[in-house]
Amino acid sequence: MSEQFELSKLIFGRLSWESIPLHDPIILATFVMVLLGGGAIVGALTYYKVWGYLWREWITSIDHKRIGVMYMILGIVMLLRGFADAIMMRIHQAMAFGDATGYLPPHHYDQIFTAHGVIMIFFVAMPFVVGLMNYIVPLQIGARDVAFPFLNNLSFWMTAAGAALVMASLFIGEFAKSGWLAYPPLTGILQSPGVGVDYYIWSLQIAGVGTLLSGINFVVTIVKMRAPGMNMMKMPVFVWTALCTNILIVAAFPVLTAVMTLLSLDRYLGMNFFTNDLGGNAMMYVNLIWIWGHPEVYILILPIFGVFSEIVSTYSGKRLFGYSSMVYATLVITILSYLVWLHHFFTMGSGATVNSFFGITTMIISIPTGAKIFNWLFTMYRGRIKFDVPMLWTVGFMITFVIGGMTGVLLAVPPADFVLHNSLFLIAHFHNVIIGGVVFGTFAAITYWYPKVTGYKLDPFWGKASFWCWFIGFYLAFMPLYMLGFMGVTRRMSHFDDPSLQIWFQIALGGAVLIGLGIACFLIQLYVSYKKRDSLRDETGDPWDGRTLEWSTSSPPPKYNFAFTPKVYDNDAWWHMKANGFVRPTSDFLAIHMPKNTAAGIIVAGISTVFGFAMIWHMWLLAGLSFTGLIIAIIIHTFNYKRDYYIPVEEVARTEAQRTEVLA
Amino acid sequence: MSHSAVIPAAGESSKFEFLERGEHHVANGTLLGFWLYLMSDCLVFAALFATYGVLSQNFAGGPTGADLFDLPLVAINTSFLLFSSITYGFAMLQMQQKKLKGTMIWLAITGVLGSAFLGLELYEFYHLIHQGAGPQRSAFLSSFFTLVGTHGLHVSFGIIWLVTLLVQLKKHGLTTANRRRLFCLSMFWHFLDVVWIGVFTIVYLMGSMS
Repeated sequence: MSEQFELSKLIFGRLSWESIPLHDPIILATFVMVLLGGGAIVGALTYYKVWGYLWREWITSIDHKRIGVMYMILGIVMLLRGFADAIMMRIHQAMAFGDATGYLPPHHYDQIFTAHGVIMIFFVAMPFVVGLMNYIVPLQIGARDVAFPFLNNLSFWMTAAGAALVMASLFIGEFAKSGWLAYPPLTGILQSPGVGVDYYIWSLQIAGVGTLLSGINFVVTIVKMRAPGMNMMKMPVFVWTALCTNILIVAAFPVLTAVMTLLSLDRYLGMNFFTNDLGGNAMMYVNLIWIWGHPEVYILILPIFGVFSEIVSTYSGKRLFGYSSMVYATLVITILSYLVWLHHFFTMGSGATVNSFFGITTMIISIPTGAKIFNWLFTMYRGRIKFDVPMLWTVGFMITFVIGGMTGVLLAVPPADFVLHNSLFLIAHFHNVIIGGVVFGTFAAITYWYPKVTGYKLDPFWGKASFWCWFIGFYLAFMPLYMLGFMGVTRRMSHFDDPSLQIWFQIALGGAVLIGLGIACFLIQLYVSYKKRDSLRDETGDPWDGRTLEWSTSSPPPKYNFAFTPKVYDNDAWWHMKANGFVRPTSDFLAIHMPKNTAAGIIVAGISTVFGFAMIWHMWLLAGLSFTGLIIAIIIHTFNYKRDYYIPVEEVARTEAQRTEVLA
Repeated sequence: MSHSAVIPAAGESSKFEFLERGEHHVANGTLLGFWLYLMSDCLVFAALFATYGVLSQNFAGGPTGADLFDLPLVAINTSFLLFSSITYGFAMLQMQQKKLKGTMIWLAITGVLGSAFLGLELYEFYHLIHQGAGPQRSAFLSSFFTLVGTHGLHVSFGIIWLVTLLVQLKKHGLTTANRRRLFCLSMFWHFLDVVWIGVFTIVYLMGSMS
């Protein structure tokens, strides 16, 4: 009997039927919906026989454009999940006053706010930013792909694997109840014995490997693969910001990996890094995680600054104002982002001197950021501005981000922070910069580059509707939180006694509903635009009279991006080509050297998911097997020496001839 | 712009002045990428060193470095690793002279020295745990085992890689791809040496003195 028990423990670890939350009607209903929805998608894919196509053209694809699109889809799917968490919290907080307890039990509410934060940062914002860089950077530097196309595919699937683990936690076991940065000792094994924190650790570890690899990949791509003539000061600003972001990724994510490993060692092997006794020091964790965490927010926002730079100059029909100051501002932000981490915990008691240092460095960051805002404004000044949807998002961003930046400077003053820390004021501040910055920027970028990806523009009506819902919804949802923060209301509360606060939460709920409508309008926009794709089609490849190289090729671009690598003389390379009578060649094509697709990425990521799941549930046998399998799979991949092929010259000529016909 | 001198005037543009004929290839992209990876790995070690620095005096009433460290043993171990770097250097010299056999022999010797290093390290760990000075005993020991163990784990992966590369060399010879891989492993191996010098100095020498 006991032997049998031991064996099942070895195989299933702590996983049992009780781990599946059948008793919770909310989760059960979600589970049923996901099963039905997932089943419908799988059924449809099978019915229309598209699995083979998906496998060949997308899942195993090493084409940076396909991978970029997959990142964006992952981001959109996870945005829906993250938003579902947000609206649940808003509804709950609008209800749970006095005798009313709301509809979410506290342990569930705690999981929701943790999952919301983790998902929005790691599996919404990161995929969006990395996806944009994937699609645009190689095109803007005139390259045919990234430096390491296979690693790019692997990075995507590792990110997706992390997301899959977070999603699994919804239905099998639980997620962390600790907040999105999982501070110990709360996340130590004594206070959090369940699987929640382990889900957190392993999904971040696996996704983190993917992010680190993309960081390395893009630094090498940008440093080594630029078109001839494009020196550093002729790179488009988006490429500059992407370079700085990827340098930050390479320099920050290893620290996350290290600190997650230390936390796991505490939890799995009973070590004492962050425990309360035997010499552990939980403050070490808080320092380390923010040494990753602060650069992380710049990892997200810098490429978005690049997006706005591209959009402002294109829609103003002008060269970007202050190109070199833009570049230096980006570099200064990159460096300063490493010197401010302590402002996340002024109240920990580092003393007045240390706090002043970090308070001042934090305030200094607003100088290069302010310079950028002025550059955008001066670019618009006396430009021929076209108020298309991307420009709406840009103006909305400038207004919103400046407000968020100012509340940030306010929080950077240590004495003010002592009053406001951990309050809803802080929550309002970082949503103000992340929604007003990253989210607005992502939607601007999607609208701007959508015709490049698909060959047709997005329908402007639904785009405008989405913008206004998001814009007004944001202010309605978060301005009350600033007010509540000033009144001293702290974050992460699932119940309030003071009925006078309720009205603010109800207004905030209204804002969240409006944001939900904004998301709905966006999805409708995708659908409507697809339906109307014939009237929205752009055959020139350059619908906005663009300035950079991605607009010089067809929409969507051919596999090889450019039949001939462009030569660059100016930082608005395509604008310069157009102005100087560039003639598109129609003959003398050459065979093109390209990387081959491979299934190794999804296999390695798949085994990693199994390994992560096994570690979470203490299934030691499966963990051992999958780890060995992982190493074997990687070794087998290194025995594959035939990773490239040539696109024959006939195929290049045929593709280009089709384009000639379309353009004629 | 400042480079207006090189911009050809409109009208005199011929078909290809904006385009590069032929292939435009990356030079040494892999080596730069691998070097960046090493720098990121260096940051993992930096975080572990910092943690060790913060926790190294937190003995929690347990044994200190001076009580535990066996410096002669660590000295032997260090020499194994340093010699393995020299032998890897010899392998690279053989590679430059396009001598496959010599490359493989020196690689194998490197692998043996690396394994000897690992063996001694495992013996040391076993001995410490046996004495009741395991990683659970105090924050100092947690950070000690993690820092030294992470280095050891890297050496283990280096050895797995080295064996794989031996097989690949046997199979394909000193091709461009294999020479690139030898370069990468070489950087990895020397990097681990550099990290070990930090470990030896900060953990063992300074720990024994305290």
